[in-house]
Amino acid sequence: MMRMDTDQLIRTLAADNAHRGRPVGFALMMALLAAAPVSLLMFFTELGIRPDVMMAMRNPFFGLKFAVTLALAIAAIAVSLHLSRPEASLRGLGWLLLAPVGILGAAIGGEMMMPQRLPMMTRLVGKNSAVCMMAIPVLSLPLLAGALVGLRHGAPARPALAGAIAGLLSAGLAATLYASHCADDSPLFVATWYTIATALVTAVGALAGAKLLRY
Amino acid sequence: MRERNDEWTGLMRSAIAGDSAAYHRLLKAVTPVLRAAARCGLARAGQPVDQSEDIVQDILLAVHLKRHTWDAEAPFAPWLFAIARNKLIDALRRRGRRIFVDIDDFAETLPGEVPAETASAGEVAAQLKTLPERQREVLQSIAVEAASIKDTAAKFSMSEGAVRVALHRGLASLTAKLRE
Repeated sequence: MMRMDTDQLIRTLAADNAHRGRPVGFALMMALLAAAPVSLLMFFTELGIRPDVMMAMRNPFFGLKFAVTLALAIAAIAVSLHLSRPEASLRGLGWLLLAPVGILGAAIGGEMMMPQRLPMMTRLVGKNSAVCMMAIPVLSLPLLAGALVGLRHGAPARPALAGAIAGLLSAGLAATLYASHCADDSPLFVATWYTIATALVTAVGALAGAKLLRY
Repeated sequence: MRERNDEWTGLMRSAIAGDSAAYHRLLKAVTPVLRAAARCGLARAGQPVDQSEDIVQDILLAVHLKRHTWDAEAPFAPWLFAIARNKLIDALRRRGRRIFVDIDDFAETLPGEVPAETASAGEVAAQLKTLPERQREVLQSIAVEAASIKDTAAKFSMSEGAVRVALHRGLASLTAKLRE
């Protein structure tokens, strides 16, 4: 009969003290670096950067798309690392996730104040909504897988929440890629279709996280 | 209370710096508190308290494998109790009960109140059987026979590095199996 009483277990754990787990930030970075080429390959073979990119750069709303998506990705990375500690909650750093919302709100306000050639609904509906809703989730899947692999090194108190943040993170990175392809630059378009796509990825992340991020 | 927390935090810092004896002392010191909290949680959920030792071992394994998520600048006790609470809720849920576990259950436990005896634990021992032979032999040598890494290496004609790898992998897969 095999036995392992608690004193014996403690002795065994102490013997393994020399083994050091990698910091979660390092594990997350390596996993994202491993996943990024897959998303990049998908992006450049299927979509690619828009041909009129030099012209587009003169439009401030083209640049604002990247401010929004990168703010989302960076805030979500910071929050997911924070949540990888067992005693952490959203209360400390959760407000960071409002940064992309704030930038987007300011951009919409800015656009409203400028004279526009196209009516509001036309700008909102855009030309690429179907591609956008497809491309962002698909591009984010490899990144989401990578983020979950990296975050498994952590010990989140709420795995589904941590998974949802991993979803935001990967959607933010995928949307950064997609924004360079998409010819719709109106913040109204971004606020509608990017948000729906991001919500989709976040839901997938929450479902996967509930299973994979338990420790 | 404050003194106890400071002592634990100090021991954990030494452990992270490589002091295995300090780590051993720390795990010994926290175990009675974890045991009392596990019993309290089980009793409150209407479960037999004799399963508490399985929960204690589950917590200790998680503490061990996730100790890199502890911030050495922060006190140790809140981190420990967060893991313990998580594992206790998990254990109760697996036994079909959902219950609110108050973190104060841990913090308010006084050393005098805690049961000293070790109840028998079966889950870790049962999973031990399912490990690959090498990992199981290494774990048993160190756990049951109290052999050092060096002696274990000599006994199985392995390098010390290989013993360390087998030991860590064994502990990690034990934990993964307990989670299933």
